[in-house]
Amino acid sequence: MVRHRLSSGEIVFRAVLIALCALIFLAVAYPLYFIVIASVSDSTMVSTGKVLLFPKGTSFFGYNEIFRDERIWTGYRNTMFYTIAGTLVNLLFTLPAAYVLSRKEFKARRFIMFAFVFTMFFNGGLIPTYLLMKDLHLTNTFWVFIIPFCVNVFYLIIARTFFESSLPPELYEAAAMDGCSHFVYFVKVALPLSKALISVVGLYYLVGHWNDFFTALIYIRDNELKPLQIILRDILLSNQVFAGGAGTGGAAGGYAQKYADQIKYGVIIVSTLPILVLYPFLQKYFEKGVMIGSVKG
Amino acid sequence: MRSGSVFSTLKRDYQLWIMVLPAIAIIFIFSYIPMYGVQLAFRDYDFSKGLTGGEWQGLHYFKQFIDSYLFADLMRNTFFISFATIVIGFPAPIVLALILNQIRRKKAKQLMQTTVYLPHFISVIVLVGMLNVLLSPETGIVGHLMKSAGLGHINLLASTNTFIPTYVLSDIWQHCGWNSIIYLAALSTVDPQLYDSAKMDGASRWQTIRYIDFPALVPTIIILFILSMGNILSTGFEKIFLMQNALNLPVSEVIATYVYKIGIVSNQFSMASAIGLFNTVINFIFLFGMNAISRRVSNTSLF
Repeated sequence: MVRHRLSSGEIVFRAVLIALCALIFLAVAYPLYFIVIASVSDSTMVSTGKVLLFPKGTSFFGYNEIFRDERIWTGYRNTMFYTIAGTLVNLLFTLPAAYVLSRKEFKARRFIMFAFVFTMFFNGGLIPTYLLMKDLHLTNTFWVFIIPFCVNVFYLIIARTFFESSLPPELYEAAAMDGCSHFVYFVKVALPLSKALISVVGLYYLVGHWNDFFTALIYIRDNELKPLQIILRDILLSNQVFAGGAGTGGAAGGYAQKYADQIKYGVIIVSTLPILVLYPFLQKYFEKGVMIGSVKG
Repeated sequence: MRSGSVFSTLKRDYQLWIMVLPAIAIIFIFSYIPMYGVQLAFRDYDFSKGLTGGEWQGLHYFKQFIDSYLFADLMRNTFFISFATIVIGFPAPIVLALILNQIRRKKAKQLMQTTVYLPHFISVIVLVGMLNVLLSPETGIVGHLMKSAGLGHINLLASTNTFIPTYVLSDIWQHCGWNSIIYLAALSTVDPQLYDSAKMDGASRWQTIRYIDFPALVPTIIILFILSMGNILSTGFEKIFLMQNALNLPVSEVIATYVYKIGIVSNQFSMASAIGLFNTVINFIFLFGMNAISRRVSNTSLF
């Protein structure tokens, strides 16, 4: 870099910029960092506000309790299943449709697209949807996580835009000359050329399933089917922290509350871990998704 | 001729139809049938006759909702939370994008981006759980900080005065970084020559932000603003619902949470459908209204 004299305006600008960035960085990162150190610190130290920068009085009490808690593992297992099966079904329904709607020779595409986009702005609302699920006997089954909302119109648009802009029309024409059908072209040519897109849409769906709590809140009553997020609600918000007994004294605090809090810190980490592990990919591909999506608004 | 051509190409395109039909079926069953079921808002719900078999009641349930003593509170809370979210939450990612765009060092910029995007992926439950433990006046770190700052013993989640600021600020904390991506993308399309010639003319960096960066964002800002106005009454159900408690309920009960309570919890299906439809219609009016205004004023519009 060429060094040259900085004007005083530039110096002020840089100082303000650095100060703002530091402030933003701390405001976002510190709460997350604090959760991590609080989860491994002595609960008395945490609850009296002594843990600020580094963990103090290492204790894994919270994690020990979590590993013994059946509810969490049932929830984890259920959520894993809903996420993996759900994402596969999502892709199976969304990608072929997006491919078809990207084909210019497909005459019905404008009408179908309109009918799809319309549902983004207008829907029947919670109650008619709920009653429909009941009539279809989907409530209290694992199917409700997988089938009903498996086509997200917004992601479908992203996929369609990608197919439109990255698959040159000559490619299909050449393949069709050699007698290649749409099925074969889609599976053998279009999909292998769209790995980035499959990752984008797949990860969008995946995070959606992992964090989904609404579906279970409305449609699931059976404890055995509850996903992790619902269990988390019981633990984090309803204060039903200890597997065996009822909750502690709520805001009144007291002896058990600090232990309860440590379990809560731990649960936050344990339940978010898969997302954190995936985060490097998420960041890369989600950004790409926003870019593709923003091309056409 | 045009509609005829659809059928004449049916044979050629049958494979395409097979690939798109599953998606059509899903959207039809789970989006269009409930839309048809919206007429429940104008009917009694008759368990034995299904979704649309009950007796026609016209606008009865709408009247009942508008006359109810809760109506004013619900509307006020919903509008207030939405407006606060838009007024404070909408400009935040724009400012953040302008700041991030000024960072010259690649590594520093990447570190900032990685950090500010991260909270977006945390689930709502975990976020509200974090608020609960961190803001607790007895054991939370924010509680301790406020005590040592002499602010006393305040439970931010259990007071009608602090509920909305807590809601809005935590929303910004979680989504501001993520929402800035689209603005950063718009900034990356600015022609670098513009910056060079601005530098030649002796423009300071404040001036380049004011006269180059910000104008480049205006079309994106307008589009996103119209979209957010279209959601004026759709405050996020999940987060508000999870943040509700008996103490903050006077300011935190919004249309969406009320629909859930009287519909799913107490099975007043017709009434809940009517309120839901009322909500959707108002959103629609705002969306179209903003779109029309923006088309007049700035020639930018969604449709």
